[in-house]
Amino acid sequence: MILRLENVSKSFGALKVTDAVTVSVPRGEALGIIGPNGAGKSTLFNLITGNVLANEGRIEFLGRDVTRAPAMERVRMGVGRSFQIPQPFEGLTVFENLLTAAAFGRGGREADMVDACARILEETELLKKANVVAGSLSLLDRKRLELARALATGPELLLLDEIAGGLTEGECKALVETIRAIHARGTTIIWIEHVLHALTSVVERLLVLDFGRVIGIGAPDEIMASKEVREIYLGLEV
Amino acid sequence: MYRLTTRTRAGTATAIAVLVLVIAGMALPAFASRGVIQDLFFILTMLTLAQIWNLLAGYGGLVSVGQQAFVGIGAYAMFAGVILLGWNPVWAIPLGGLAALLLAIPTAYFAFRLQGAYFAIGTWVIAEVTRLLVAQWKTLGGGTGTSLPREATSNILGTDLIRALFSVREAAARDILAYWLALVLVVAVTGGIYWLLRSRLGLALSAVRDNVEAARSVGVDAGRIKWAVFLIAAAATGLTGALIFMQTARISPDAAFAVTDWTAYVIFIVVIGGIGTIEGPILGVLVFFVLRSALADYGSWYLMTLGLIAIAVMLFAPKGLWGLISARSGLHLFPVRRKLVGLKIEGGI
Repeated sequence: MILRLENVSKSFGALKVTDAVTVSVPRGEALGIIGPNGAGKSTLFNLITGNVLANEGRIEFLGRDVTRAPAMERVRMGVGRSFQIPQPFEGLTVFENLLTAAAFGRGGREADMVDACARILEETELLKKANVVAGSLSLLDRKRLELARALATGPELLLLDEIAGGLTEGECKALVETIRAIHARGTTIIWIEHVLHALTSVVERLLVLDFGRVIGIGAPDEIMASKEVREIYLGLEV
Repeated sequence: MYRLTTRTRAGTATAIAVLVLVIAGMALPAFASRGVIQDLFFILTMLTLAQIWNLLAGYGGLVSVGQQAFVGIGAYAMFAGVILLGWNPVWAIPLGGLAALLLAIPTAYFAFRLQGAYFAIGTWVIAEVTRLLVAQWKTLGGGTGTSLPREATSNILGTDLIRALFSVREAAARDILAYWLALVLVVAVTGGIYWLLRSRLGLALSAVRDNVEAARSVGVDAGRIKWAVFLIAAAATGLTGALIFMQTARISPDAAFAVTDWTAYVIFIVVIGGIGTIEGPILGVLVFFVLRSALADYGSWYLMTLGLIAIAVMLFAPKGLWGLISARSGLHLFPVRRKLVGLKIEGGI
């Protein structure tokens, strides 16, 4: 198992946003997370990355207890993430965004990271814009940059938060292909997404969250066929 | 196949120009009058403070309004070294840097709990507290202040040589020495900041400034970076303060901890010149000096004019005068951008 969550809970005041979540992710898997807005999906990500610390429970990454480890330590161990709302370093160029992620996420000299960054830029179709300031990018390119920057940290586990949201059908397709290729290379992926067809075309298992609780986990077909999930997703795209 | 470069033609030209200017600056006392040397000392020390504040606020996102704490404590530590320990004033200057560094530790400890405007006010409050405490120090003149003793000022390291070299009086020799030290300091501080920005730390600093949360998520230790920048800035500010008051040879808490002189003017210089660039403060200090000379006789109108100009620049040219120039011409005299060079990449920025 690359990642294990055991009874992980998180409350903001009286509101329990993550309620005794237990899940194990084997190395190399692609796991999708779905659930209505406010179900606690992004908080679950923040708990795994260390941007938010759990109140209860235990989180293991690569067999090590990281429940209390700060975000930057987990990045260095191999947890890479993209943000739901793209958060580029706007004053830096696309290349510098990746260089920062590579130099600090992996730890090393900038000069040694150049080829790796260029390869990632090529894969995410950003190479042409390498020297463009990130603040001036379009939404699609910002999404690509989120993915590229997460990859630059050299992740073993890649967390994608609604990376396909807001994109056109064609844009989405290209991005899904990129993610599929990354997964095929052996990177473990956990992916939160509302665009279900994009998600189910890549992931092997789906996890459904509602009010912070896991209400189902299993093969995408089974999960989408379950009555409970259909009820929760009523009104949403199924 | 790919490589990284920060080199540009303008950058190389700047390096050569700076070298020439520094050599010319070193030789200047042979030709220039004492008044010119004093003006240049003022410009160079204000430029040093401006570059440091720009590092803090423009690159580190730490908008401190309490830098006068470090000027003051640096200056007082230098005086203490001379008066209490009997050190030569030149050797007592590093003591100023050390004292400021030590003061910066508790200051950062408290002020870093605050964000944005609260951080700014917090640093100011700490500076005021420091001023009030120092004013209690009776051996250094308490609230009225004191002067460097005659035997210390007449015996500053190197002044004999300068007197012999340029056949000037003792006071003028002291000014020349202070000017030379200011030149060394401004080159060291600006060069140091330039080096820092081109190092790994520079990337981290920009990342933290643009987005702390995202910076942490790529492995940047945001807290440590802020500490490092704050401490470096404090020590350099302390050195500058010690040097400024070695030249005046007279100190008082009100002068050494003056928020207008050591922070407000400094912010003015950075803002009108262009925050977040090394070129900005250089341009800003020249504009400030011209305004100061032109408006010196108009009392409070002088301050009001500075304020109006600062507001106008903030509204109409938020990146300052250098921002306007560099947007039009694409010129960067101190390039810090890492450019990816290789096939398939367009010209870039």
